[in-house]
Amino acid sequence: MDPRRTARTVSDPKVRQVGFFTPAPTERSISDPPRFQDPIQPPSPSPTQVNDHSPSGNSLSPVMIPPAHHHSDNFLRTALQVTSPTKAFSYSAKTVTIPPENEDVASSFSPGRKVVSAKSPSSFPGVKASSVPASELTTVSVVNLPPGISEKAGGASVEVQNDRPVSAKTLKEKTNKAERRALQEAQRAAKAAAKAEGTKASSAASKVVTSANTKPSKAAKSSSQKNDGSQVAASEKKGGDRAPEKDRKKDAPHPRMQYDDKSRVEKAKKRAVVKQTEARNRVELFRHLPQYEHGTQLPDLETKFFELDPMHPAVYKVGLQYLSGDIHGGNARCIAMFQAFKEAIKDYSTPPEKTLIRDLTARISSYVSFLIECRPLSISMGNAIKFLKNRIAKLPLALSESEAKSTLMLDIDLFINEKIILSEKVIVKHAVTKIQDGDVLLTYGASSVVEMILLHAHELGKHFHVVVVDSRPKLEGQLLLRRLVRKGLSCTYTHVNAVSCIMQDVTRVFLGASSVLSNGTVYSRVGTACVAMVAHAFRVPVLVCCEAYKFHERVQLDSICFNELGNPDAISKVQGREEINYLDGLVNQENLQLLNLIYDATPSDYVSMIITDYGMIPPTSVPVIVREYRRDHLWS
Amino acid sequence: MDFQVVVLAGGNSKSLTPLVSKDVPKPLLPVANHPVLYYVLHQLEESNLKDLIVVVEGEDAGLLVGAWISGTFVDRLHVEIAAVPEDIGTAGALRAISHYLTAKDILVVSGDLVSDVSPGAVAATHRRHDAVVTATLCCVPISGSSESGSSGGKDKTKKPGRYNIIGLDPRKQFLLHIATGAEIEKDTRLQKHLLHAVGQMEIRSDLMDAHMYAFKRSVLQEVLDRKDTFQSLKQDVVPYLVRSQLKSEAVLSGIQQAEEDGNEKVSFPNNQVMVSQILSNASTPSFHELYSMDADGSAQTRKTHKCCAYIASSSSYCVRLNSIQAFMDINRDVTGEADHLLSDNVIGPSPKLGTKTTVGPHCMLGEGSEMGDKCQVKRSVIGRHCRIGSHVKVVNSVVMNHVTIGDGCIIQGSVICSNVQLLERVVLKDCQVGAGFVVTAGSEYKGESLARKEK
Repeated sequence: MDPRRTARTVSDPKVRQVGFFTPAPTERSISDPPRFQDPIQPPSPSPTQVNDHSPSGNSLSPVMIPPAHHHSDNFLRTALQVTSPTKAFSYSAKTVTIPPENEDVASSFSPGRKVVSAKSPSSFPGVKASSVPASELTTVSVVNLPPGISEKAGGASVEVQNDRPVSAKTLKEKTNKAERRALQEAQRAAKAAAKAEGTKASSAASKVVTSANTKPSKAAKSSSQKNDGSQVAASEKKGGDRAPEKDRKKDAPHPRMQYDDKSRVEKAKKRAVVKQTEARNRVELFRHLPQYEHGTQLPDLETKFFELDPMHPAVYKVGLQYLSGDIHGGNARCIAMFQAFKEAIKDYSTPPEKTLIRDLTARISSYVSFLIECRPLSISMGNAIKFLKNRIAKLPLALSESEAKSTLMLDIDLFINEKIILSEKVIVKHAVTKIQDGDVLLTYGASSVVEMILLHAHELGKHFHVVVVDSRPKLEGQLLLRRLVRKGLSCTYTHVNAVSCIMQDVTRVFLGASSVLSNGTVYSRVGTACVAMVAHAFRVPVLVCCEAYKFHERVQLDSICFNELGNPDAISKVQGREEINYLDGLVNQENLQLLNLIYDATPSDYVSMIITDYGMIPPTSVPVIVREYRRDHLWS
Repeated sequence: MDFQVVVLAGGNSKSLTPLVSKDVPKPLLPVANHPVLYYVLHQLEESNLKDLIVVVEGEDAGLLVGAWISGTFVDRLHVEIAAVPEDIGTAGALRAISHYLTAKDILVVSGDLVSDVSPGAVAATHRRHDAVVTATLCCVPISGSSESGSSGGKDKTKKPGRYNIIGLDPRKQFLLHIATGAEIEKDTRLQKHLLHAVGQMEIRSDLMDAHMYAFKRSVLQEVLDRKDTFQSLKQDVVPYLVRSQLKSEAVLSGIQQAEEDGNEKVSFPNNQVMVSQILSNASTPSFHELYSMDADGSAQTRKTHKCCAYIASSSSYCVRLNSIQAFMDINRDVTGEADHLLSDNVIGPSPKLGTKTTVGPHCMLGEGSEMGDKCQVKRSVIGRHCRIGSHVKVVNSVVMNHVTIGDGCIIQGSVICSNVQLLERVVLKDCQVGAGFVVTAGSEYKGESLARKEK
């Protein structure tokens, strides 16, 4: 896989084009499968696998326009899936019948457990108002095992179903016709093929498959209660074994779901935690990207605060912060996510009769899909999640729970410290050597690494001038500027509109990146490409600073096929200037489409050098880093 | 979610006499045939908050409330009742149960709140900003003042200058100033350094403090311990926290610091600073952070804490039952425009109506009530098992349970408590009749409060 890709990247830089142009439709249909995952393989939140199966070498078209291709994909999907649905349905029918029984059991218990102790005299301390009187609590009403609240109670019933999958499977196969068995085998073969194809990704796939078994816990949790009747559990398990695998595919919207595919969007909406109203009037070219009515999600999610039982508070908080934009920036989002996961792991306890590895993976997956609903993951977060899941999967089975937890928490700390903090320090060390006295350095937006570089160079006593280029609507450069000026750096602040004028004086351009893709494309805050191109035209070296954990093996030629859409209101209104209201009332017009892109892709032609923790490399060497880096670190 | 819920149900309320008595403490005062506490508990239950502590003033009231809760919510809620002495104020009540509070954050809800503001939203806002206190603000109901003349509560309720002055930052997220009710005499003092830090403050008097707060537990306990003169949450604790948000005292921050350190004791102390720095640089700074950075360039030299405000949307319903006027309004609204607050049907099963009796819209009839011929009921609530004679007119009124009304009575804008007997041809206008009172035949009252003498 990798060799093929790299060969390709190196060989055809000429094809890269910037701007919009439409290719012939035939090409398009070939080029597009990479964006869909092989249906056999359950979706995983990290986007890597997507390209693993892609015959990406086929296409010369840099533009992927969504509409035409769905038929072929859907067809492929259904064709391959034919095997599973029948089984899944027959199972699920059985599962449905169970809950009532359980409830009967529960309700028959309930009278005995009622505690009506209101009449019990609460000793009443007759203390004066000013002092602190202690009062006693009297329990007046008690809930009997509220369904879905106590996870442990729910978990108990689920365990049983993991107990005897083998017996049920044999039973199953006896009852089934030969043809069904044939189907099953075909399915297995297909799965094996898929595994072979996605070389490394297969480990992730198997991991996901295992997690599928634990998935029903949630469904069962809500309906079933503690029951020791093994018969009930046994019959339930039949359903639990296979049906959820189908559920699980639905569970997380694939990171690269095509949002112009109406039926899938509908399905995704049904299972979403965050209420998402699709924005109207989206720009044609970007309809495959998710865009929601901003402003409706946050209040809705807030009102659900107490109803999201399985969600850990820390994860929930991070999700809220993503949604409201309180946290932005690749490193910060990644750190915040990992810290939340750390909290979650700290509070995690394996449900009885369940293995930590499987259950925790499923748990993390559900957290991740929640975070995706709040805001699409950045590539760096995808890498980080993959790292964490890999660590979980690699945990030795013999480890006790507390040991496993502390190992994982240590791993998370290690990741934050080594991959983010230390690599930033290394990058700073490298980059500072490129700053000389009298330099005029230009930066765009607010990158945490670039900021550290500038501050460090200043501490070293170098004399240089900084130009901070900023753009609406986020104006993050202002915050950077504020911190720089406070430290005593001499700065110029301008907007991206003026970049061509200021570029004459600039000697170096330092840029941050959200990700660097394996063809050397730099995926970063929208506007970066513009700055890099202007710098290229003025023959100013462009240095991109990016930690190696943000590298990704994907190849992207334009900023259309994968991007993120921001709130269109942000560009139609100017904050703090109420008098600029020319667009008021026009926003819902049919013939007006607002486009607020978050990222863009800078072709490697415009990048002179990438500064990473492995040193300063030309953009063409990125695939080497990706390859080596993965082997050494992520997958170790 | 690591939240504990405390419902301050109160006990006897002076502003609600004669409706409230020893037998009917304030939490059990029926509003549209449900005790007012029901609305709060019901809403908490809907938000999946099932572990509650209900604080009641007075032991007798505690027993009554406890009995009612155990009867109504058994199997649905896990409720613990704490009876505290009367007149120790809301802060005192919290102080009394302080040692039961263990969760990270505490949600304090007043028991007399009738609203559909989601507690979850308040809690989420609180968590998102990692605030010390989050207060729920809602728009003052517009209908209240305009109709007060017609339905005629006591003049006391329309005390002039009963405003809340609330200062917000431009993004309407943080609470900069809060002064309520009695505090405001002529002038209010604003803090200069606060204004300086924020730059712009929006002062509003059309917002009402809904008395639903989320507190950080450690800070709340700290304040309650150290300031033992504080009596009321609304008038003492919250304004204190808001006042001191930019010069948070060392003790408060010390606790927070200690907690954070406890969480992150796992090595790498040096890098921890960088992590937090990256995080803080990346997050949109509130004025608190900017202010604390201003000190001398290095962050975290000045201790600050955040006081947030959750402003309920103007479409949500939110009223506190703290006066007779409010009682009338809530009764009217719950049966009328805000009827989504009640889950059950408005007209109870099988009321017996005489011939030519009309019951208008926005009315509520409890089960087992009987009415004679040619009665008129408009915009009124009638409780359970009432016997109403013929030719009776009930307009804009609340009639509680087991009331007997003789023939030819005319009742307007009045509240008639349980077990009252009205003999024939009584005319009541804007009156409150206490429980068990007997009104003699043919008497006329206007704007009076009738109650049995306490023996």
